[in-house]
Amino acid sequence: MKCKKCGAKASVNMRQHKLALCKEHYLEWIPEQTERFIKKYEMFTHHDKILVAVSGGKDSLGLWDILVRLGYQADGLYLGLGIDEGINYSHESQRLAEKFANNHNLKLHVVDIEQEYGQPIPVLADKSLRGYGKPCAVCGLAKRHEMNRIARDLGYDVLATGHNLDDEAAVLFGNTLSWASDFLLRQGPVLPAADGLARKVKPLCRFYEREMTAYCLARGIEYIYEECPFAEGSQSIYYKELLNKLETDRPGAKLTFYLRFLEARKSGELFIENNVEQAHLHPCSTCGQPTSAPDMCSFCRMIEKVNAVTES
Amino acid sequence: MSVKLILRDKEYEVKSGMTLLDSLKKINIVPESVISTREGEMILDDEILKDGDVVKLIAVISGGSDESRKL
Repeated sequence: MKCKKCGAKASVNMRQHKLALCKEHYLEWIPEQTERFIKKYEMFTHHDKILVAVSGGKDSLGLWDILVRLGYQADGLYLGLGIDEGINYSHESQRLAEKFANNHNLKLHVVDIEQEYGQPIPVLADKSLRGYGKPCAVCGLAKRHEMNRIARDLGYDVLATGHNLDDEAAVLFGNTLSWASDFLLRQGPVLPAADGLARKVKPLCRFYEREMTAYCLARGIEYIYEECPFAEGSQSIYYKELLNKLETDRPGAKLTFYLRFLEARKSGELFIENNVEQAHLHPCSTCGQPTSAPDMCSFCRMIEKVNAVTES
Repeated sequence: MSVKLILRDKEYEVKSGMTLLDSLKKINIVPESVISTREGEMILDDEILKDGDVVKLIAVISGGSDESRKL
């Protein structure tokens, strides 16, 4: 297979685009496309201060690399989750995030959940009895809460995450299976800023997970390859595997699934009401971030519960 | 002689002369879920695998179990 641009041997083939590229042209194509998505969805400009949520994985490090290559003002945020499970998972992912920042002379904020809240994620999950024996629900909750808090506290204009199209398609698939209309209404490349909520964007939302892996390999970005030890058997991975089987037989199926959803949502074909997500939000009585819960937000209730268990 | 394919800590062997795509199907690996490399370079589905080739398969899927609700 040959590169469509120069005729050299291709390294990456994107069947959904009918496009094969050599390594050099692929490394040009990815930032070009990212810039196109940033503009198309009006995510941010070169005047904005961007905080990139960095996990040490391929997507977030790839995103940070691309934004810096495009000349954006992008700092990183690493959240120390305290996940070890015998493979030093958090320690290793932090090391790789710091290594990338040091190698590129970039600013990385490091916030440790245990230092902030007294317990690492697995213990918070255990003590709060959330997540049916797995810490992933608590991890997601804590990450969303802390990313929002830190982006606002440090005065960033926008929080960028490395969600790729497979992430988005898996979420969409899960929420469609259960017709979770409130979540479907909120899914998209941009979540606008609101009272207490930082603006959130997903510049990689139209790249397949495979393409981000290829980008990191081609760029020589060292990322944590090991999966989070708690992710094994997770629902999202199961959905991704199903969607990849579909994609193998029908190239472009994942992209079409996501893009048609965005079009339908935008045009109002799917839902009568828009913006219902903001209708019932009010400030949490403890941290002040918006919540739909009657008093404290889910995160603060979890912390309160953990503290009560710890003290007793 | 044969071709070796390695995914994480698992090794598979297939006959040489097949394409990468056919080799992946033979060992029941969904092609979309991996990137294939040989001697550090990415190779594509139509690559004919030769005797003695060692193909390292890099899994591309990552995620957690709270993802259906993430924003």
